[in-house]
Amino acid sequence: MDIGVVLSWLLGFAVLMPLGSFALILLFGPQMGKGGKQAGACATGAILVSCILSVISLGIWLSNHPPIGDHGSAHAAQHDEAVGTDGETNAADSDTHASDEADAVHTDGETDEAVGTDGETNAADSDHHGDHHGDHGHAVAPPHYSYEVYSLGDFGIGHRMSISVYIDTLTVCMFCMVTLIATCIHLYATGYMHDELEGPDYVDHEVTMEDGSHLHRPGRFHRFLQSLSLFCFSMLGLVLSGNIAMTFVFWELVGICSYFLIGFYVERHSASTAANKAFIVNRVGDFGMIIGLMALWGSLGTFSFGGADGIFEQVRSSENDYALVVPDGMVRASAQKEVAAVVAGLGPSATAEQIKKAVDDKLPEWRDAKTSGVPGGYGRWLLIVAGVGIFCGCIGKSAQFPLHVWLPDAMEGPTPVSALVHSATMVAAGVFLVARFYPVFTPEVLFVIALVGAVTLFMAATIAITATDIKRVLAYSTVSQLGYMMLALGLGGWLAGVMHLFTHAFFKSLLFMCSGSVIHAVHTNEMTEMGGLRKKMPWTAYTMLIGCMAIAGAGIPFAVVLFGESYGFGFSGFYSKDAILEQALSFRNTNPGWGNVFFLAAAGGAAITAFYMFRLWYLTFAGQPRDQHRYDHAHESPPVMYRPLILLSVFAIGVAWGPVQGIVCGLVAAIFFFALYIRRSVSGQQEDHHLPSDPLITSLVISVVVVVIGMVLSMSGNNDVTLGNLLEQARPAGTLPTEEAALLSMTWPNEHDSHVAAIRVPATWIAFATAFGGFFLATMFYGLRKLDAAESQKTFAPIHRFLLNKWWFDELYNFLFVRPCHVVSGWIASFDRTWIDGFIDWLAWATKVFAGFWERMADRTIVDGFVNGLATLTYRCGASLRRVQTGSLRQYVMFIVAGTVIVFVLASFWRFALAQ
Amino acid sequence: MSLLTEPVGVSHFLVVGAVMFVTGALCMATKRNALGVLMGIELVLNGANINFVAFGSSYLRENSLGLDGQFFALFVIVLAAAEAAVALAIALSFYNNHATIDVDQADELKG
Repeated sequence: MDIGVVLSWLLGFAVLMPLGSFALILLFGPQMGKGGKQAGACATGAILVSCILSVISLGIWLSNHPPIGDHGSAHAAQHDEAVGTDGETNAADSDTHASDEADAVHTDGETDEAVGTDGETNAADSDHHGDHHGDHGHAVAPPHYSYEVYSLGDFGIGHRMSISVYIDTLTVCMFCMVTLIATCIHLYATGYMHDELEGPDYVDHEVTMEDGSHLHRPGRFHRFLQSLSLFCFSMLGLVLSGNIAMTFVFWELVGICSYFLIGFYVERHSASTAANKAFIVNRVGDFGMIIGLMALWGSLGTFSFGGADGIFEQVRSSENDYALVVPDGMVRASAQKEVAAVVAGLGPSATAEQIKKAVDDKLPEWRDAKTSGVPGGYGRWLLIVAGVGIFCGCIGKSAQFPLHVWLPDAMEGPTPVSALVHSATMVAAGVFLVARFYPVFTPEVLFVIALVGAVTLFMAATIAITATDIKRVLAYSTVSQLGYMMLALGLGGWLAGVMHLFTHAFFKSLLFMCSGSVIHAVHTNEMTEMGGLRKKMPWTAYTMLIGCMAIAGAGIPFAVVLFGESYGFGFSGFYSKDAILEQALSFRNTNPGWGNVFFLAAAGGAAITAFYMFRLWYLTFAGQPRDQHRYDHAHESPPVMYRPLILLSVFAIGVAWGPVQGIVCGLVAAIFFFALYIRRSVSGQQEDHHLPSDPLITSLVISVVVVVIGMVLSMSGNNDVTLGNLLEQARPAGTLPTEEAALLSMTWPNEHDSHVAAIRVPATWIAFATAFGGFFLATMFYGLRKLDAAESQKTFAPIHRFLLNKWWFDELYNFLFVRPCHVVSGWIASFDRTWIDGFIDWLAWATKVFAGFWERMADRTIVDGFVNGLATLTYRCGASLRRVQTGSLRQYVMFIVAGTVIVFVLASFWRFALAQ
Repeated sequence: MSLLTEPVGVSHFLVVGAVMFVTGALCMATKRNALGVLMGIELVLNGANINFVAFGSSYLRENSLGLDGQFFALFVIVLAAAEAAVALAIALSFYNNHATIDVDQADELKG
């Protein structure tokens, strides 16, 4: 069977599992055990199955498309073979599939051809790849499968909509990442939301009623899990969707799910406001996205990514070696006047074919900036509008400047939601879409992306310094890290940005769940009331430390020497952050002006990141307790909460590693935990309240599993399986080569060039220095307390106030949009009340008067008169006929006889009358 | 042509039947006793029966109804018996309620 079809089925089921769980809980939620307890098992089970299916898909993908490392072309031949066979299978098997999906694809002649060609193209390009590996000049199409599952509509003028899937490495990796994190979060949520199970009388201590008592309401455990399931379904659907229209549908589903979940404590005013804010701010971005969709649909006639007439092929066609060329449709759409002139020149007798040919002949001339006399040539602006429009959607969803304001407020939702929204689903969707849509972005759009990313990352990082709410620090950190991803993508570092998306997802979900664990223990979000919790909840503290180190990009530069070059070795964030800085430095070298700004933002952001993360850790876990009462009541979280933490911290450490690092570090960790366990057993302290031994066993098991997985991969000759190499496979065709912007005097450097020693070495040292600098400052202020934070607050009071008020963005938007909106709404409301309501009321009055008149005239007189008359007539007839009924039997006999005689006489008379 | 001089044929039977019919009808119209009325009914039915029998007899006419006429007569007899049973039951019930079988007293359903 064709592996694309297998993958479609597996991933399709992985998408549908959470939907099934959502439907089940929606219908039977309250009946699922006490307080809906089993809803947790239902939702967790569904997402776990999705996770398993995704991992199986990844396995299938790896065995068919093994990634090729930076050094070592031994696998290239094998790779060719695998993909080559695949291409053939794709074409040959097309008639024998009985599955629905295959049917849907293959019954349609056109599509069949498209998919077949796709497969062939894959094979051909992979040959290319094998021969010229390392030659950066050649564009290569990533291995991918695009299928049309169901055609929604064919509008006959080259406009076509369908339900389709697009599967490449990015899709498969996203599936694994999303389902894995979502599984952990589901597990964690069943522990965290435990309070909601408490029967019909849950007390919300944060809502005070008018009479001063707290709000009592039924627990909503099942409703939480239900929304969580729908959320996962939406995100997975978004990742799998094969066209931008479907993406948009799932995009909105993700939006509405976040609305449900952020506003979960709907009785709290702050929560419902935050939910509204998230929803409305996202609408602003989606408006731009709809404009982008219109531009694409109107000019290209398709929403599909892949396929022979898909957007990617139209913008970067294989004939042009995947270089970005403004597509014909866009040129035609924007050169309307010239097209009209051509048509007029041909005269009225020209046939459609003649006109088409004449227009097509002119297209290259119009497309070219010099011959057409339009800056950038016809159609380029349309392509830029489409790209910026799509990116507007991403700005909203990924909380980029200027639409970042919703994300920190989204902290009002329960912590598992924050973890999900901030790592794997909502905000990842925006970055994912930029990565997916990357081939369509012109350098001008990339510049916009980079600019927005740089502003976001710097601004959010500065705000995070002063925040005291533990979740808000993490929220701004998320905004800042998303800015990093956008900056990397905008500077041409596709791999760097996407890799940071993955590593960030793991450590940020870990950090959020740790903060949730802390909040669960001390019942406050304020870091000023925490401190010293390390002793009370060591597992939370140390997993969070791992998260902090990962996000700061902790690692040892140039620790490993391989093939004559030295490579760094560190936490997952170390690899992705270094890649981003390398790309920024590389961009700076080609474009000194803006490049400096971008590089400074990235490097400064790295320092600030390390500073605020360690500030958070020190304030929460180190030092002396600031609130003795809360400290006394704090306790380590239950196993269902800390086990996901341990699992996620393993990923936060090593998601970017290859099998070899995995084996080595897994072994070291296993020995370490085993030694700890033995020591604990020998000294007989298993029941130590502060450090239960159970997490030790969990950690030991996970370490061993890591070693085993590493061994399996290594034994099967997949030593190059790393996140980076895997994702490199999915790099959109043609986006690697150096690109010049048509409308800007800037050059986008080749991403592979950023790995040369001249850039890599300084970038790595700068990354290390900035991160260490941030860590050092945080330690000085909050760890060792050599410097006084309060004093420097006073020294920099204006800046501190500026940052504490979040750059006054909320106030600015309040002044610029919300208040004017209220004023205008007031006007419109009064207009509505006086004029529109008045008109409607008058209309009602007039209708009433007319109806009364008409009732008297027509209904009472004519209709009623007729009916009453008929009734009277019938009554009178009856009254006169009743006299005949005398009741005398003998009289009746006489009537009969007389009647008979009369009938006889009449009949005879009739007979004679006729006879005459 | 006089019936008295003719040999006995259909016409003679018809005359007898007509006399019986008229007698029965008069009886029904004039009797106040319910049993008398019933007897009148019997006469009417039998008058009609004679006609059927006469029309059905192949001795009296060449072009007769044949057995159809006879069967009809039998059918009417059966009907008359059934009707008499029902009518007598009504009469008995009426007597039980009113202590009389005078049909002029039975006018409770008049209009």
